Order: sequence, then structure tokens, then C-alpha cells
Amino acid sequence: MAASAQGETGADGRVLAPLGRRRSAVVANSPSGGYTLLTALDPDGPLPKAGQFYMLAAEHGWGGGGGRPFLPRAFSVADATAGETGVRLTFVLEDVGPGTHELAGLAEGDGLLLTGPLGRPFSPPRDVNPGAAGAILVGGGIGLAPLALLRRDLAARGFPERSLLGFRDEAHSGGLELFRCSELRLASEDGHAGHRGYVTDLLAVMLEGDDAAATAVVYACGPPAMLEAVRALCEECGVAAELALESPMACGYGACFGCAMPLRGGGYMRLCVDGPVVDAGAIETALVEGAGHR
Amino acid sequence: MSAGPTSFCGIELAHPIINASGTFDAIAARRAFGDAVVERFPFSAYVSKTITPAPRAGNPPPRLWEEPAAMVNSIGLPNKGAEGFLSTDLPALADLPVPLIVSVMATSAEEFSGLVEAVSARDEVAAIELNVSCPNVHSGLIVGEQPSETEALLEALRPLTAKPLIVKLTPNVAAPASVAAGAEAGGADAVSLINTLKARPMFAGKPWLGAGSGGLSGPAVRAVALQQVSDVAAAVSIPIAGMGGVESGSHARDLLDVGAEVVAVGTASFRDPLAAERILIELRGLDPVAASSATSEL
Ligand SMILES: Cc1cc2nc3c(=O)[nH]c(=O)nc-3n(C[C@H](O)[C@H](O)[C@H](O)COP(=O)(O)OP(=O)(O)OC[C@H]3O[C@@H](n4cnc5c(N)ncnc54)[C@H](O)[C@@H]3O)c2cc1C
Ligand SMILES: Cc1cc2nc3c(=O)[nH]c(=O)nc-3n(C[C@H](O)[C@H](O)[C@H](O)COP(=O)(O)O)c2cc1C
Ligand code: FES
Repeated sequence: MAASAQGETGADGRVLAPLGRRRSAVVANSPSGGYTLLTALDPDGPLPKAGQFYMLAAEHGWGGGGGRPFLPRAFSVADATAGETGVRLTFVLEDVGPGTHELAGLAEGDGLLLTGPLGRPFSPPRDVNPGAAGAILVGGGIGLAPLALLRRDLAARGFPERSLLGFRDEAHSGGLELFRCSELRLASEDGHAGHRGYVTDLLAVMLEGDDAAATAVVYACGPPAMLEAVRALCEECGVAAELALESPMACGYGACFGCAMPLRGGGYMRLCVDGPVVDAGAIETALVEGAGHR
Repeated sequence: MSAGPTSFCGIELAHPIINASGTFDAIAARRAFGDAVVERFPFSAYVSKTITPAPRAGNPPPRLWEEPAAMVNSIGLPNKGAEGFLSTDLPALADLPVPLIVSVMATSAEEFSGLVEAVSARDEVAAIELNVSCPNVHSGLIVGEQPSETEALLEALRPLTAKPLIVKLTPNVAAPASVAAGAEAGGADAVSLINTLKARPMFAGKPWLGAGSGGLSGPAVRAVALQQVSDVAAAVSIPIAGMGGVESGSHARDLLDVGAEVVAVGTASFRDPLAAERILIELRGLDPVAASSATSEL
């Protein structure tokens, strides 16, 4: 039902998910550096927006072996294209535990159960900063995933964008083919690619220009420590920013209240329905116990 | 065992599958899935997440942990408080095509009374579930761990409402059946069980959860639920909402077979928002009467 590819949108431009979990079929699985690019054909789903995510589980073997994985796992959509037979969804996975390990092992034809697209997507640049003249995408490690689709969308609309991607080392890097044809600068902690150091070093240099604060929009995704550095830097420079955050999730659709993210000024948001993309000003810090995986 | 229309303490339900409190937020689900949630609502009654007299932010993260075939949560009952719930959430929940059961918790009989009166006054509400897994501020005792405290609480609340009162039992006691008997003696119309089992996951040598400990749910607790429901069924004559680890129609049938009138689906909804719909279809397949009437409806 490719006709559904337009998708119904809700408040804040999110594309609504069809109710319930559905089956998609893996059409490609390829290693990309230390990561895995997993592509599945979703026959009945809508075209998602950049920043949205899916709850994924393998059709077979979920809950097998040692009994984990049991719950589905959240993954940002890194690429999506609508075709005759459905929407092709690409995810970038880093094997960090039983769930990501199962998914990274799926082969062409295997069933991938998914619920989504879920959550709040990235906002258009001028909604974040009315004076925006260019977007700076900042990714740390596997955090490049949602930025890949965002970059593609911005480029398709002719909006100027630059990407800064940082990696720990060669084993913890990959996915660069999703950034083909983009203005890209790299950083790595071990110096194997680009600037030796943090991706936020590159961002700091970029934000030094006089008119940067007035004309830039920063979109960032990565580990909590990196996001916190981005958040603090943007706050200091007065630059508008959206951050795609992570937290442990059981459901992904607001049912369990497990994905609590502390709000600036007290209380919590549910990251799966109020995020995962949040205004940088909405949080006091991106350093939250249990978020990220390291 | 019937998979067809069911009467549960006077509430007419289209079928015996309801949701477990705190495991399905119909309002948030609508933000994610749109009106399909209302049009294809998978439960025959909607049980709200537990509300308290004053708003609560909930526990610090992390709030979730996964175990083999189970999860541990320490959510900490975040909610808008009675006023926020009654003014904002209840009108939105009235869109649902099923009876509403509101789950409430308080720390004294006086607070409980105020909550029950305020909730009961609303026409949208079909029944009230009392979450008694909390300490009483006066005695320091967990109400639901003591048959006499539970009975006394019910005696205080019973005169305040004509609506059914359902007592949600904790499994963290030696004899849930005695507490159930206390609830019945105090005038409860039904009991529901099991709530989550106390659990303390450790990670890298430290408690993982922000609150230190939490509650275990999911398939791993199913056999515990079956035991406790059958014990309670032997001790009381009021109806039982059974729950704990239900993932399939046969799991639901087992709970009905050991004495439950209706079955609640909790953790399974996290894996698939329509798990309850599938469970009902499977249950119907196991019930010859419902299976034949479902066919004749087509
Ligand atoms: C919105 C969102 C988008 C995401 N996008 C991506 C993406 O595009 N690509 C990607 O690779 N990842 C992404 N993630 C992260 C991904 O969901 C996690 O890496 C995945 O859930 C890990 O599952 P696992 O079973 O492999 O590892 P787990 O075993 O769950 O380990 C992951 C971390 O969880 C904790 N942990 C360890 N044991 C347990 C346990 N028993 N129970 C609970 N927690 C435990 C530890 O902190 C550990 O480091 C995203 C997360 C969110 C919330
Ligand atoms: C994330 C989560 C939140 C819960 N919140 C509540 C709650 O607010 N009130 C309540 O009475 N029970 C709550 N429960 C307990 C469930 O209603 C149910 O009793 C328990 O999870 C067992 O069923 P299950 O194994 O099918 O999940 C919660 C359970 C989970 C997993
Ligand atoms: S993951 Fe369940 S409420 Fe967000």
C-alpha cells in the first residue's frame, strides 16, 4: 500500500505510526566500518521524518537464548524512500548488547517487526531560528543515524548544511556512505580520521564567527557527554539547537513512563512522545543516568 | 471460560481482556497512532494509570531494566494529581468506546476518601481501582500487606460511592488470599492481581534503577500470577481481574481457568500496542462458543 506513504501527521509535524506492530522484511544488511546498515521494506508504513524512530525486534529469536532481548529496541531511521512496494527504511546499528546483536545478524528475507515511526522529528531550520541561513549537523558515533536522513532532506530542499561527525576510534565508526556528497568534517579521538579530538572542537571553531549565533541552527545526536558539550556550547554562544536524545525505552509510545528525561525547571518529559528530538533549552543537562551505552 | 461478553462486578464488557494499570496511556498512544487508538481500541475497559491526590513527578532515571523474559520498572507513579487528571485527562478518555476504571492511590484513609469521592462524582467513571501498595502515613504499614488495614480502608471508603471498588493486590506478601479476604469483608466488589514483584537489578556492582528497586513484570511472573489468582479465588467469592505475564490467548485462558473473571494485559502491550487484540483473537479460538458466535457475526 504505497499510497499510505504520505502518512498522517500529528502536532509538531510528526508522522503518525500505524497502530500496532507490523512485519517488514530485511532487504539488505551490510557492514559499514564498525556499524551495520540494515535496510527493510515496510509494505504498510508511511514515510517517516528525520529524527523519528522505530521500535524494532527480530521476528524470530527475540527472547531466545539467554532470554534477552525481550523488549523491542529503539532505532532512529537513517534513510527512507517510498517505492511501489512500500517504504525502504535504513537503520544504522552498533552492536552493543543482545538486541543490537540479533538485529545486526539478520539476513535478507528475515522478518523485522516494527512499530513506528514514533516521536517528535527535527524541526525545519527556520522554526528553530527564524534567521537561519545554514544548518550544522553534529554527530557523535552512532548518533549520525538520524542526521543522515535530516541531511538528505535539507539538501533536497536546497537548505545549506554542513556535517561534523566524530568517532571514538576506527572500530566505533561507520555509516559515512550515508553522508555522500555533503560538506563533511570528521574528528576522531584516536586520530584515525580527520581532526584528532572531539567533534565539539570542530563545532566550537565554527561557532566563533560573528554572525554564527544569528544564522546557525545546530542539530545534534550522540552520546550524552557529547550532547552535553554541544548543549553548553550552543547556550554559551546563543545558538539555537535541537538535540536527539536517548534513554532506555520499553514501549516507545508513551505507555510505560520509563523514558524519563529531566526537564529544565523540574519534572520529567517522556522522551518517546515528547522527544526524542528536544529543544536544547528544554533540558538542564544531557548527562542523565542510564542514557546512552558505554 | 468465556471469551465473549462478560460482566465484571456489574460492568458490562464486550470481552474479558482489559489493560493493566500503568501499561497503556490512551492519550499518549493517540499522539503516536492517531484516532486509530479509539477506533480499534484493543481492551474492553480502560484502566487508568494510578493517580494520587497531588501531582507526582515520578522517580529519577533510569526507570527501566530488562531481565530474561521480564522487565523491572521503577516509574514512581508520575501523574497530574487528582485535579489535573479530572480536568484534563478524564474528558479526553471519555472518547474511548469502553467503560473507564480509574486507579487511585493515597497514603491515608482521609486522602483516599477525598480521591474516591472526587472520582466517583464523575459520570465518565465506571469503577475505581484502589492501589493499596503504599504505606499508610499514620501506621507506616503498607495497607495492602495487612488484611486488617485493607479491611479498615474498605470500610471507610465503601459508604462513599455506589460505584464498584476493585482492590489491586500486591504479590509481595506471604498470603495474598488473606488480604483479598480482608478486602471482601470490608466491602470490595472485586480484586485484581498481581501487581509487580519487588526487584533490585544490579549493574556494574551498583543498583541500576534510580530508585534502587522496582517491580518485576512480564512472562517471568506468569506462574506466580496463576498461583496467586487460584489461591485468591479459593478464598473469596467476589470477581477477580487476573494479570501477570499474559502474552497469548492460552495464557489468558489459564488465568480464567484458575478463577479470574477478566484478564489484564500489561507488559505485552509494550512489545506490541495491539498485543491485547491478538490475545483476544487467540482466546476466542480456544473458546468454542465465542468462536462460533464470532463466525456468525461475520
Ligand atoms: C530514540 C532512540 C534512537 C536510537 N537510535 C539508534 C540508532 O540509530 N542506532 C543504534 O545503534 N542505536 C540506537 N539507539 C540505541 C539502541 O536503542 C540501544 O543501543 C539498544 O537498545 C541496545 O540494546 P542491546 O540489547 O543491544 O544492549 P543492552 O544490553 O540493552 O545494553 C545497552 C545498555 O543498556 C544498559 N543495560 C545493560 N544491561 C541491561 C539490562 N539487562 N537491562 C537494561 N539495560 C541494560 C547498559 O547501559 C548498556 O550499556 C537509539 C535509542 C533511542 C532511545
Ligand atoms: C511500567 C509499568 C507501570 C505500572 N504502573 C502501575 C500503576 O500505575 N498502577 C498499578 O496498579 N499497577 C501498575 N503496574 C503493574 C501492572 O498493572 C501489572 O499489575 C503488572 O505489570 C503485571 O502484569 P504484566 O506482567 O502483564 O505486566 C505497572 C507495571 C509496569 C510494567
Ligand atoms: S518508552 Fe515507554 S513511555 Fe517512553
